Amino acid sequence: MTHTPLNVEELRDQLHALATRDGIRQWDLGASRGMNASVQVDRGEAKQMKAAQRSSITVRVWNEQGLVGVTSTSDLSPGGLDKALKGAYQASSFGNAEDIPGFSPLATAAIPELDRPLKPSQSIQTLLSTLKDVEGELLAKHPAIETVPYNGLSEGNSERIYLNSEGALRHMQRTQASLYLYARAEESGRKPRSGGAVRVALGSADLDLGGCIQEAAERTISHLNYQPIDTGRYLVCFTPEAFLDLLGAFSSMMNARSILDGVSLSSKESLGQQLAVPFFNLHDNGLHPAHVGAAAFDGEGTPTKRLCLIGNGTLENLLHSEATARQFGVHPTGHAGLGAKVSVGPDWFEVSSSSGVSSAASHLDHRNASEPFVLIESLNALHAGVKASQGAFSLPFDGWLVKDGERISVEAATIAGDIRDVLKGIVHLEPNEVVTHQGVSPHVWVDGLAITGEA
Amino acid sequence: MLELEHNALQHERGFEGLSQLRDFGANKDTWLAQSPELSEITQRLLEGTARLDQIGQHLEVRRGSFSRDWQEVLVAASDGTYARDIRLHQSSGLSVLAADGEHRASIARRFGSSDRPDDLREWDVDAAANEVCSSAATMLHADYVDGGQMPVVLANRFGGVIFHEACGHLLETTQVERGTTPFADQVGKTIANPAVTAIDEGLSTGAFGSLSMDDEGMESQRTVLIEQGVLKGFLSDRAGELRTGHARTGSGRRQNHGFAAASRMRNTYIAAGPHSTDDLIQSVDRGLYCKSMGGGSVGPTGQFNFSVEEGYIIENGQLGRPVKGATLIGEAKEVMPRISMCANDLDLAAGYCGSVSGSIFVTVGQPHIKVDSITVGGR
Repeated sequence: MTHTPLNVEELRDQLHALATRDGIRQWDLGASRGMNASVQVDRGEAKQMKAAQRSSITVRVWNEQGLVGVTSTSDLSPGGLDKALKGAYQASSFGNAEDIPGFSPLATAAIPELDRPLKPSQSIQTLLSTLKDVEGELLAKHPAIETVPYNGLSEGNSERIYLNSEGALRHMQRTQASLYLYARAEESGRKPRSGGAVRVALGSADLDLGGCIQEAAERTISHLNYQPIDTGRYLVCFTPEAFLDLLGAFSSMMNARSILDGVSLSSKESLGQQLAVPFFNLHDNGLHPAHVGAAAFDGEGTPTKRLCLIGNGTLENLLHSEATARQFGVHPTGHAGLGAKVSVGPDWFEVSSSSGVSSAASHLDHRNASEPFVLIESLNALHAGVKASQGAFSLPFDGWLVKDGERISVEAATIAGDIRDVLKGIVHLEPNEVVTHQGVSPHVWVDGLAITGEA
Repeated sequence: MLELEHNALQHERGFEGLSQLRDFGANKDTWLAQSPELSEITQRLLEGTARLDQIGQHLEVRRGSFSRDWQEVLVAASDGTYARDIRLHQSSGLSVLAADGEHRASIARRFGSSDRPDDLREWDVDAAANEVCSSAATMLHADYVDGGQMPVVLANRFGGVIFHEACGHLLETTQVERGTTPFADQVGKTIANPAVTAIDEGLSTGAFGSLSMDDEGMESQRTVLIEQGVLKGFLSDRAGELRTGHARTGSGRRQNHGFAAASRMRNTYIAAGPHSTDDLIQSVDRGLYCKSMGGGSVGPTGQFNFSVEEGYIIENGQLGRPVKGATLIGEAKEVMPRISMCANDLDLAAGYCGSVSGSIFVTVGQPHIKVDSITVGGR
């Protein structure tokens, strides 16, 4: 898979010439372009092999009245750019006079250096051969593992661009690979159970295949011994992955765009208020060394940076784009996505405990706890069971009831609560902060969460 | 045209040229031009949000939305298939967020159609706004439901998501291929309560999941999945037929050419039964009435889930106080035999289904149904 990077200076010059010809004085362009190859297998045979090249370009034009029009296209040819500019100009007649975005004041500021060397891609045949071997090894781990119904190995390269009429020119390239394995196991007379694992790396040759196989096998096998759980309130420990999923689902609490749109639990007045227990810290750090998909700038060209969202339990900062930052009187934070409407979202959460502040129950350790608790491995169906604007969640989960040192998989159950109660009800953050493929977090303990089971 | 009849592949082994073009889109070329322009769309949505403003209480956010997807599809395959279609899907919706102190309720309703250029013009905006506001007003101060095992009555229209998630996906040959359906060898056997007859079809005029042809060029059809509790067949695409032996049903679907087609649902519903809705409610001593459903999903072991947006406690055969925050979970093998009563008020609702071949337009549906026992997740 070969990839010739875009000539960004040439692209800028083309845009400048076209805009000048059409009398367009203010414009910007955000683009991402990438190539990806992926394979799936089914019991030793190729299930699907796919390669794709994708481009996504957003062009914005400010008209004489200052209103903004937006065009999305996948065509970066001179003809395509010409159409996009003209389309955006026409659309600017419908621009919203009450919400006019501008250029980020940081779109020409220095951006951070990312240590993400570009890795060579392998052939799709190599990917297929590798995944067949990986699937075979996983199937051989336990006689109950019959299939790996959800699996995939992919690699790709991509580049991001931001240009504007005031001279901003951002360009970055990266490579990325991923492997996911979700196995299904069934023992005679028992229900089927499943478990899985994910690995990401800069290149497919760097993927931790053995670790992924082992983790998928261990997780699947650990659910073979299952029982229904009584409905009630439990001491709960979230794995780092599960807690990061839950936080991500409620990230609108820290999102200035959501606040301005009226769909956040927070308001402008929430800054400085206690949102979580005093020993809880949350940063967003798109530059974390383990963040394989890191970008040095956002969709508006603002540099990425580490941002403290919650410090010692207090809401300290919000995620911003240019427009939201202007309304709050702060600088953009590097969390904008460029589209028909500029979205705002987190990059990579880091959960940590405050130094010098003790938790309420520091004796708790998910590997060696004396009292019974439910260990939440993963939360499912977040798209359906989370009401972000209400703070409520009611979610199916995979996990175990841990009692007297024995782990028994929970057959089918839901966990429900309110994110505000969860954050203020954390009783302990374990000292070991775990790096996952989606962020960093310790195991997080919360008492008294409602679990509904089939017992 | 691409002149594929004369493609060089013609001389390769097994390929005997393309058949005569089957042009399902022949009379549809003017649809896009007939559809409303941006100014008309904006006006209709503003009518909707103005109506929300007029009748809603405690509304912090009022939104109207519209989307249109126009596709021209050409299928040419080495088995000679050569077919073309034009598809038009339009969807409009209203959503609100009501807030009163610590109490909040977010309610959304979406309406969708296929192949109806005038759909937005015919949309009853006032009725939609009334429904959204009524639901928001009811749910704003509702308590969270107490979880547990209980009988539930699921409303018609979007209540059909239970069959879609619990059983429909497990009757796609994609699941047979993966070994993730418990029904793989159950054709001809009883898998559901005799009260249940379930159908998937792509023929209902204007329904969101209707198709003239699937994404493999096969004409749409009506497929009986379950008849009086007995499994009759699976939804199959070309690869599904090759790999599992189940004959193609015109169900090979995909979001666009970036995905490989797979066996997917179209308009899927449980058929009407003999009862009235009151019969179902009155048969429950203590349970939950699910008037409006949210999204759902099914996992690799067949465990399904979906959320309830608007629920009511049933006590002594009567509807009681509203409750929120319920999530229903279960397994098809266990739940399908527990659908014991079907009412006579079958109705359909538009939705989106995301799976292996991307996000596609579907319809779910059912009459009011009663499930004798299911896990209701709550607080």
